[in-house]
Order: sequence, then structure tokens, then C-alpha cells
Amino acid sequence: MNSLLLLGAIAKLPLADWIDNFVDWLVQFTGFFNAVTNFIGAINNAFQWVFDALPIWLFIVLVLALTYFVNRDKQNWGLLIFEFLGLLLIWNLNYWRDMTQTLTLVLTSSLIALVIGIPLGILMAKSHIAEVILKPILDFMQTMPAFVYLIPAVALFGIGMVPGIVASVIFAMPPTVRMTNMGIREVPDELIEAADSFGSTEWQKLFKVELPIAKTSLMAGVNQSMMLSLSMVVIASMIGAMGLGTEVYFAVGRNDAGNGFAAGLAIVILAIILDRLTQSLTRTRRKN
Amino acid sequence: MSTNKSTKVEVKNLTKIFGKRIAKAKELSSQGKDKSEILKETGATVGVDRADFKIYDGEIFVIMGLSGSGKSTLVRMINRLIEPTDGEVLIDGENLMKMDKKKLREVRRKKMSMVFQNFGLLPNRTILENAEYGLEIQGVDKDTREKKAKDALETVGITGYNDEYPDQLSGGMQQRVGLARALANDPEILLMDEAFSALDPLNRTDMQDQLLDIQERLHKTIIFISHDLNEALKIGDRIMIMKDAKVIQTGTPEDILTHPANEYVENFIENVDRSKVLTAGNVMIRPMTINIEKAGPRLTLNMMKANEVSTAYIVNNQRKLIGVVDANDVIKLVREKKGDITPIIQTKVPTTDEDTPISDLMDDISQTGIPFAVINDKKQLKGIIVRGAVLGALAGNEVSDFE
Ligand SMILES: Nc1ncnc2c1ncn2[C@@H]1O[C@H](COP(=O)(O)OP(=O)(O)O)[C@@H](O)[C@H]1O
Ligand SMILES: [Mg+2]
Repeated sequence: MNSLLLLGAIAKLPLADWIDNFVDWLVQFTGFFNAVTNFIGAINNAFQWVFDALPIWLFIVLVLALTYFVNRDKQNWGLLIFEFLGLLLIWNLNYWRDMTQTLTLVLTSSLIALVIGIPLGILMAKSHIAEVILKPILDFMQTMPAFVYLIPAVALFGIGMVPGIVASVIFAMPPTVRMTNMGIREVPDELIEAADSFGSTEWQKLFKVELPIAKTSLMAGVNQSMMLSLSMVVIASMIGAMGLGTEVYFAVGRNDAGNGFAAGLAIVILAIILDRLTQSLTRTRRKN
Repeated sequence: MSTNKSTKVEVKNLTKIFGKRIAKAKELSSQGKDKSEILKETGATVGVDRADFKIYDGEIFVIMGLSGSGKSTLVRMINRLIEPTDGEVLIDGENLMKMDKKKLREVRRKKMSMVFQNFGLLPNRTILENAEYGLEIQGVDKDTREKKAKDALETVGITGYNDEYPDQLSGGMQQRVGLARALANDPEILLMDEAFSALDPLNRTDMQDQLLDIQERLHKTIIFISHDLNEALKIGDRIMIMKDAKVIQTGTPEDILTHPANEYVENFIENVDRSKVLTAGNVMIRPMTINIEKAGPRLTLNMMKANEVSTAYIVNNQRKLIGVVDANDVIKLVREKKGDITPIIQTKVPTTDEDTPISDLMDDISQTGIPFAVINDKKQLKGIIVRGAVLGALAGNEVSDFE
């Protein structure tokens, strides 16, 4: 009781000021952040360019073909029909370009999350110190309301697709890191011993034993990251990341339940397609 | 065992202590405290305590002991999968402890390979790819390593499974692949940690025979870990017994059986080696007997047919053993319409008495395959000993066929 009173008597800690100062301090590295912006923008534009260049029918055919291919050992006809009808619906509702923008955002941020997250996960599995440091950071990244990332993202990367991607990456990366770490740590001791006893180098052990065996776990992490970044699209639209999220966001502003749900439905369709596709990639497939 | 013994592996004062307070644990151990006292006082576990021994070129050296006695730790210090706390391992006179990572890797690649209790096969690789692993990481080109891996698989009797995955094979087959993977490198030393312990008895016996076969051809130095004395006696040129991190006795199987170093080894031998305890009387089965004073060729043949045997034991009215007859000879007699079976009786039958330990008979039984007749002091036939029953009894099955 006393200590509570005491706490109240102390002046409020200027935590917010400190963080502001930190962000202000970061802003001076404009050159660096511009370079990052350009780089991320380039990846984003490359994806978007491909999707814009593809005729819609060809896009649909490619998605179906990809689904067919990744499930070639155990065909899932229901999924193929769902994808076909779902994509037709998005086309029909006139959300096609929005959908490809959203897809671009998700693919770009997932790709970045993967490129950064997997090495971090490996580092975490190999080094106790790295694990001790990274674990709380990951918890923090994932539990901090995603909204909050928008503010520094705008300060550092301006308005548009790129800050949206950056915020998504921060929010979506933890599962990839975690599941990579877990997958590698769970490789049976005997296999590690086998790799070592035959004289593998650390890299050989990583690429020939640990990563292939951790693959299922690792891909599950990638799948989760992708779903999380998809969950960011509406939030990201508030800082100018275009796509289906924007449609939802505007519908909220206009109190337009019909369009809001329609755009929301398009997001759900995209989510299911991405989820099932990455899940099929997760399954281990064999040569014979 | 080679007569001109050259030392392949020499282990000096090798010690491993797991845990934190290692200096204290070492001190206590040098004061003669044992493993459990040290654990209680320091919390550190003594894995291996000052092991000293030599392994000769081309021998099968079995390290034996109960679970937790330090066998795995010891064998893993020989290829430095576990870093020793103290002591040295010399391979061909070279000190393994002084090697840098690169040199150590070279030794692991070229000189010694390991076979694991649960096989240690990579589940995402095919059988052939598994067998190639050791060569692959050495950068051997695809054609060469494939050829060597196939040869090794053939050596262990696995052909036609190249493209299967480990979990599609039985345990015995998987371990053959594990052995092939180790052999593909053509190492001088094989380290086998309870390599056959996960297999069922039949497969285990098979693999033991096969290992002996392979050894006959390849003359590797094999360090074989086992907790099974029968296995150790069967395959070991020399056996080293461990207890609570310490080496208790090292010697040939004969040494161990005839001069156990202490009570512990004695008990061990008694508990595990049933061939020492089992006597002929324990494993004999009832033979098919013909009373020569009652039966002629035709009755003999009928009785043999009814009992589905090809050999019958001939006795007289007092059940005294006269000899054996073979079904073919009896048939001939019947065809020739002769009335007396005496001319075809083979009287040279190996005999023994009921109290003879079967370990004394084993060599003869397994070599000749002719059953022993068990007789008492009045030369009366009590039973016979066939090979299958002996092996069954050794494996712990009761002989149920008698009386
Ligand atoms: N990594 C480890 N950490 C702590 N103690 C260990 C470790 N590995 C083995 N030990 C202990 O060392 C002793 C010997 O174990 P081990 O060599 O595996 O015995 P065995 O192979 O004969 O069953 C046991 O008491 C075991 O608990
Ligand atoms: Mg062990």
C-alpha cells in the first residue's frame, strides 16, 4: 500500500520522451533509411510489376497449377475448386488490383522476414547467449500492439508501401525465428553426433543435417509469419500501403458495411490460398 | 587375435567429469571416493574415471558394463565427440587431444567411423544417400562415392533398397545401413556404441555373425560397446568390463570367464552367461527310441515316419544306448526285406552326462551338428541335445520338450 502511494508520488517517468528522442536521433541517418526504403521498394515493385503484367486468367491458371504441383502426391480437388471460384469472385468484385497489391505486400514482408528470421533462428539455436538476448525481444515484438510500429515506421520510411512492409516484417518475423530455433534444437542428438563423427564442418552439419530435418518446423514458422503479415494489411493501409486493406479502412470511414465485408472476404480468400499453399510446402515429400 | 600385437589406440588416464565443480570432484576421486560419493558432495557426475588401456590393430575390443557405467562417454572421447576432462587418446601414436579442429576432422573422416545404437540415419535421405554421407562431406565426386556406398551396402547385404528411406526398413536393415555408412569411408577403426542393442534377438544374432564375417575379410580395429555378456563373449577378441566409471578388468573372453577379477565380474558372469550354468540335463530333449529287442526294420520305419524323424536312437531292454539308425538305411533294409537292423546301427555317437555344462559342448555341437546323446552312468539314454535347443536355452527360452 505504502509503496503504491510512493510510486504515485514519484514524477511520471519520461519514457515517451526518451523514445521520441531515440527516434529523432535515428532520423538523422536519412541516407541509410533512404537506401533501405529504395531496396524494399524495389522488391515490392518487382512483385507488383509481375502481377500487373500477368493477365488475370493466366494468374489464376498459375495458382491452380502451383497448387496442383505442390500436392502432386495427394491431390486436393476441393482446394483447387475453392481457389478457382475464390479468385473469380475477387475478379468479379473488382478487387483484382487491390488483391495483387496486398499479395505483393505480404510476399515482400514474408520474404524479408524469412531472409532475416531464418539466420536469426539459426544463431539462436547455436548460441546460448543469442537465445537469452533474442527471446525477450521476440516476445516484445509480437505482443506490442502492431499499431505502434506504424509511428516510427512513418518517421523513418515516410508514407506508402515501404513503412507498411517494415511494420509487417517486425510484427510477422518472430514465428520464423522461433520455429527455426526450435526445429534445429529438436534435431536428435544422435544425428548431430553422426554428422560430427563423420567429420562434417559446421556448415555441412547445418545444411546437410540440421536444416533439412528442421524443415517442417521452419516452414510452419514461415507459414505463421505469412499469416501474421496478412493480418497487418488493414493496419498498414492507414499509412498508405495500398491494397484490400485500404478498401476495408475506407469502408470503415464511410460506415459502408457492404464494401467492408466484401473486401474483408477477399482478404480471407487470399489468406486461405496462401495458408494451404505454404502448408503443402511444409509436408515432406519423397522421391519415390 | 593377432599374435604380433601393434597398438592402434592407446588410452591414458582418460577421465570425464560432467557438471560444475570439476576440480573438487577430481580431488575427491584421487582420494579414492567413488562416483556416488562425489555426486553427493559436488553434484558432478564422474562419467569415466582414469581409464588406461590399449587396443590392438585388427582386434574386436568389447567394452562392457551396465547402463550408466560410462561406456558411451568413453567411446565418445575416443573420437572426441566428448571432450575429456583429463587424459590422452593416442591413435597410431598421435595424440588426439593435441589436434586442432581441422586435423581432428581429418581423422574422423579417414580413420574412424561410428555406428550408433539407434542407427543415426538421416530420415530425409535415401539409403544410398545415407551410405554416401561420409564421402559426400569429404567432397568425393558423385560417381565414386555412389560406387563405394553401393559396395559397402553390398558388403552388409543390403541390395535393392538404394532409393528407399530409412523408416521403410526394419531395424536390422537400418543398422546394416548404419554399418555400411561407416564402412563406405574405409576407416581403420570402427566405433560401435551398443550397435545391436536395439535389435530383436534374432536380428542381433544375425548382425553379430555378419560383423564377424565382415571382420574376417576387412580386419578393422573394432571398438564395440555392449551391455550383453553373451554378445561380448561371442564377438570380442578382448573384453573390458566397466563399473561406475572405472575399468574393472580387461582380458580375453577366456580370461574373464576363468579368472574373474573380483566378485562383481563373477556375479556378472553368473547372471548373464547361462552357458556356464546350464547343463546338458537342462537342455536335452526326448529322442525317438527303438528297442532293438522288439523292433525290426519295418516297425522302425513306421515309428520314424509317425514321429517325422530321420534319425532314431536304438536302445536295448534296459534302455542302454546301442547307437543310431538313419532313415535311408532303414528304408534300404525294408526294400531288401531283411529282418535285422543291427548291421545299419552306427555306434559312434557322441555322448555326455546330464551334469556337463553346455558351454563345454557348444563348440562340438555347433561345428558337427550331430546331436549329443545324454546318458547316465549305467549307459542308459536320458535324452539328446540338439543345436536349436541349446541356442534357445542360451537366449533364455525354457526347453519344454522334455517329460
Ligand atoms: N551430458 C551429460 N551430462 C551429465 N552427465 C552425463 C552426461 N552424459 C552421461 N552422463 C552420466 O555419465 C555416466 C555415464 O554415462 P554413459 O557413458 O552414457 O553410460 P553407458 O553408456 O555405459 O550407459 C552416467 O552416470 C550418466 O548419467
Ligand atoms: Mg550408452
